Amino acid sequence: MTRVGIIRLILVSAFVAVVELACRTGIIDPFTMIAPSAMAASLAGLIEDGKLGADLAFTLTNMAASIALAVVAGFVSGAVIHALPRLRRVVDPLLAAYYAVPTFVFYPLLVVILGLNRLPLIVIGAMFGTVGMAVNTIDGIDRIPRVLIKTASAYRMDPIRAVLLIKLPAATPHLFTGVKLAVTYSMIGVVAGEFILSMAGLGRSIAFAYNDLDNTTMYGLLLLLLSITTAVNVLLNYAEQRVYRRWGCA
Amino acid sequence: MNTRLDSLWFALAVIVIWQVLFWIAGEEAIASPFDTLRQAVLLIGSAGFWGHAAATFEAFGWAVLIAVVLGIVMGLTLGLWPLAAEVAEPIINALYAIPKITLYPVILLFFGLGVPAKVAFGVIHGVFPVMLLTMNGVRTIHPVIRKTARALRLTAVETIRTVLLPASLPEIFSGVRIGIALTLLGTLIGELFASNRGLGFLLLRAADRQDVPGTMALILLLFTVAALAGAGLLAIDRQLHHTR
Repeated sequence: MTRVGIIRLILVSAFVAVVELACRTGIIDPFTMIAPSAMAASLAGLIEDGKLGADLAFTLTNMAASIALAVVAGFVSGAVIHALPRLRRVVDPLLAAYYAVPTFVFYPLLVVILGLNRLPLIVIGAMFGTVGMAVNTIDGIDRIPRVLIKTASAYRMDPIRAVLLIKLPAATPHLFTGVKLAVTYSMIGVVAGEFILSMAGLGRSIAFAYNDLDNTTMYGLLLLLLSITTAVNVLLNYAEQRVYRRWGCA
Repeated sequence: MNTRLDSLWFALAVIVIWQVLFWIAGEEAIASPFDTLRQAVLLIGSAGFWGHAAATFEAFGWAVLIAVVLGIVMGLTLGLWPLAAEVAEPIINALYAIPKITLYPVILLFFGLGVPAKVAFGVIHGVFPVMLLTMNGVRTIHPVIRKTARALRLTAVETIRTVLLPASLPEIFSGVRIGIALTLLGTLIGELFASNRGLGFLLLRAADRQDVPGTMALILLLFTVAALAGAGLLAIDRQLHHTR
C-alpha cells in the first residue's frame, strides 16, 4: 500500500474509533446513534436472519433496471440534443438547473399512474440518472477532435462506421463519466422512492425501522446501504481513472 | 433573438406534450397546464404562501452561506497541501456520492425537527462540490504564479487574497454554482421530512392530500425559480471561464 493509502486508512480508522468512543462513553446517547461496532453486529445479525435477502434483491434489481434505462435514455437524448444546436441552446439552462429540483416530487404522481409496484421506483431512478448521462454525452461528442472526424471522411467512411470506429471510441471517457453519474443518481433515486412510498426494499426497511424507533436495525441497514453505494462508487472512480489514463487525457 | 424565439417554440412544445399527457392519464394523475398555471397564480396570491417561501429561503440562505464558506476554506487548505489533498480526495468523492436522503433519520436524531435540521441537510448536499472544485482550482494554478507570489514576499493572507483566490476564481465559482443547486435540493428534501413550514412541506402536504393541481403548481414554481437562478449562474460561470 502507498504512503497516502496508509495515512488515509489511519485517518478513517481514527475517525471510527473516536465515534465508537463517543458512543461507548455516552457523549452520543444511544437514542441518537449506536456505536459503529454495534452497527456492524446488527448488520451481521440481519444477514444471518436471512430476512434481508428479499428486500436486498428487490432494491438491487430495481437499481439495475433504472441504471440501464437511464444510460440508454440519456445517451439517446444527449445525441439528439447535440445534433440540434437550436434545441441545445434552449435546454442548456434547464439541464443545468435539473438537479436543483427534487425530482422525486413526481414520485407520488408516478405511483398513481403506474401503480404501487416496482415500476414507479425504476422510472424515478431513471429520471434521476438520465440527465447526468445526457450532459456527459453532449460533452463527449463536443470534444471529439475535429481532425478525427476529418480522418473519417478522408477514409470515406459511411456514417455508421464513423460512429462505431471513430466517434464512440473518441468520446468514451466522457461517456464513462456519464455512466458513472447515471449509476450514482439512479441508485439515489430508487432508494429515495423506497423511502417515500413502497411495499419493499432497503429504503422502506430503513424508514420503517426509524418510525419504529428501532435504532439497531436502522443503523445496521444504513451501514449496508452506504457500504454498497460507496463500494460501487469507489470501483467506478477507479475504472474511470483507468479509462482516462488509457485514453491519454488524465 | 433567435434563441428567444426557439425558447418560445420549446415552451409551446412542452405545453402541447403536457396537455396530451393530461388527456391520456386523466385528472387524478396530472393536472392540465392551464389548471396548474391558475393554481400557481392563486398560490402566489394567497396569504400563507410567502411565509412558507420565506421559511424555505431563510434555511436555504444559511445553508448556502455555511456550505460556501466551509467549502472554500477547506478546499483552499487542501489545495495548498498536496499530501492532504491526495489523502482526502477519495474520501470527499465517496461522501459526495452517498445517497444523502438515507441520512435523514440520522440528521433528525441529531438536530431534531426544525430549521437546524433543514440547514444541516442543505449543507451536507452542497459543501462537497464547492470543496472539490476549489481544491482542484488551487492545485491547477500555474506554478509560476505561485512562485511570483513568493518572490514578491507576500504574506500568506496576501497571497490567498490577491493571488490564489483570483487565479482559481472560475473553478471556485463553478463549485459554488453546483453547490447552490444541491443546497436548494437538500433544503427542500429536509423540508419534505423534517418540517412543518416551507415550500417542501407545502409540497408534501399537497401530495398527501392527492391535490394534483396544487402539487404540480408547486413543482412548476420551484422548477422555474431553480431554472432561472441556474441560467443566471451559468451565464456568470461561462463569462469567468471565457475571460481568462
